[in-house]
Amino acid sequence: MTFPLEAFSAVSSAHPWTYVVFGGIGVAFGYTLESAGFGDSRKLAAQFYFKELTVLKVMFTAIVVAMTLLFGAVGLGLIDFSQVWVNPTYLGSGVLGGLIMGVGFIIGGFCPTTSLAAASTGKIDGMMFMLGGFVGAFLFGETEGYFDHWYNDAGHYGRLTLDQVFGLSAPTLVLIFVVMALFMFWGAEQLERIVGGKDQSREPRLRKVGAVGLLGMAVAVLAIGSPSLEGRYQRLTFKRSEAITQADGTVQTLPHVYSADEMLSKRLVFISPAEAFKVRYQQEIKPVYLDVRSEADYNLYHLADAINVPLDQLAAAVPDMLTEPAANTVFIAISNDEQAAIKAWKLLVANKVPNVYILDGGVNHWIATFGTQDAGLHPSATAGDDQLRYVFAAALGDRYASCSPSPMKFEELDYQPRIVLQLKRDKSGGGCG
Amino acid sequence: MQWLRSLFNRPEKPYLHPYFAGAVLGVVLFSAFLLTGNGLGSSGATSRIDALLVDLVAPTHVDNTPYLLKMAGGDKNPLDDWIVPVFLGALMGSFMSGARNGRLKLTTTKGPHISNSTRWLMSFLGGMIFLYGARMARGCTSGQALSGGATLAAGSWAIMLAIFASAYLLAYFVRKLWL
Repeated sequence: MTFPLEAFSAVSSAHPWTYVVFGGIGVAFGYTLESAGFGDSRKLAAQFYFKELTVLKVMFTAIVVAMTLLFGAVGLGLIDFSQVWVNPTYLGSGVLGGLIMGVGFIIGGFCPTTSLAAASTGKIDGMMFMLGGFVGAFLFGETEGYFDHWYNDAGHYGRLTLDQVFGLSAPTLVLIFVVMALFMFWGAEQLERIVGGKDQSREPRLRKVGAVGLLGMAVAVLAIGSPSLEGRYQRLTFKRSEAITQADGTVQTLPHVYSADEMLSKRLVFISPAEAFKVRYQQEIKPVYLDVRSEADYNLYHLADAINVPLDQLAAAVPDMLTEPAANTVFIAISNDEQAAIKAWKLLVANKVPNVYILDGGVNHWIATFGTQDAGLHPSATAGDDQLRYVFAAALGDRYASCSPSPMKFEELDYQPRIVLQLKRDKSGGGCG
Repeated sequence: MQWLRSLFNRPEKPYLHPYFAGAVLGVVLFSAFLLTGNGLGSSGATSRIDALLVDLVAPTHVDNTPYLLKMAGGDKNPLDDWIVPVFLGALMGSFMSGARNGRLKLTTTKGPHISNSTRWLMSFLGGMIFLYGARMARGCTSGQALSGGATLAAGSWAIMLAIFASAYLLAYFVRKLWL
């Protein structure tokens, strides 16, 4: 079983349990915040005068503990990180919004969630903060239209994590953050001693045991590492419905879960040239023809609009394919026959690129379907495995007639549709939106 | 009524040790990711409740305002989002903690040299400014700094630094409020 559980990916009245789960998480959240003293604005504001650094200690302990557990579980294959909500990066609105939040923090003495803890325990200033919050959020909704373009585009990098920014592995970064946090805690205690006049010798010894434990866990996360591509591939599952004819002649469709290798052996990811051609004209699908052959083959002949990413360069293109293409994008891997395309498919699905398919029989099958009338194409007898089985009069690229068959001429095509759009996690189902 | 009175007159217990509270909070945050794939948050619920109110008063205005349209346009229910039960749960949870530890008291927490009404005005203004910024940044200290920080989201770390930077820069000038 892989987490997060799909049943809890969003709340809906169809699954009343989801309210209980999210409500329970909220209860634990509020209970902890209040217990940490975050219902008292003086404790929060003291952070900014270096007298008492409770906010920093609680917040960073929480961040590094959650981070260590999260990436440990990801490394063990328990959690599928692609299904975890990562706040998309909008540098422009994020940084300006952050600066504005800081102003509200020091003037108001709370942040939104701590104001809940204050208000619900009878602090009038917490209630006022909440009230002001409703006004502020309302004002944002009213004024957002004036800078909509900036809000949605300034420094928009999509799903971007620090390991990608720094070119380090996530477990390495976890260890670095843990070490940094521990160093910060040490510094914070020094500050509290000097500025706040607090006697740190009366602090519990246990905190040092905790520090060592956390460090040990971070080292373990590094030892576990990131899940291998092969491991991720083996754990993939695909959902399809299967039509089964009963004894009495009725047809029943049953959902079925296949592994990646089953999808290949049952040829459920191979789409016929006819389907690959027809999806061009389907509004609901945005096909990307991904030609993974060598540039030389691509230059000889390729499907109209195909983009050439040779197999050995495909890994480098994965981040681009993951960063928010339209949810209805379907990648169709194409080689001369199928060999290279199958390799490409395995690489892409293991990297969680959604909606990847393979052109059945590759370019050779495409030409056999659409190019039999094409002058300038002649069958070749000497082709080997996954090589072009045609001889071309010239390297015309996509300027042979069969590269973009006429939709009028090929209007009626008989094929079994294979594409089942798998829409990614709804963006509104995640984050603090 | 006896139990209600006893709810408010319990002996006040000290707060948890910051590192311990932080570790518990970290486990809560991790559990949220493990079960649902989402982190924690609250400011989103504020604007969703706003959207509901606007939708009740002026539904056509919702359909003309892009930001509200996303949440409450047409027959969409703005409360149909994970953040709403988390928000209500957080209110309940902190009340439970306050009740259990004898910290339920109608009072105002403020610096020693300002009046209650100044403090209320400042909290109101602070809340207004904070939530304006939080909606601009698509999340507050919980949804961005805490949850985004733990998933190594690049933008969330930038937001966290921005929050602390401006609060520290401004702290000196508003010291009368707190010191």
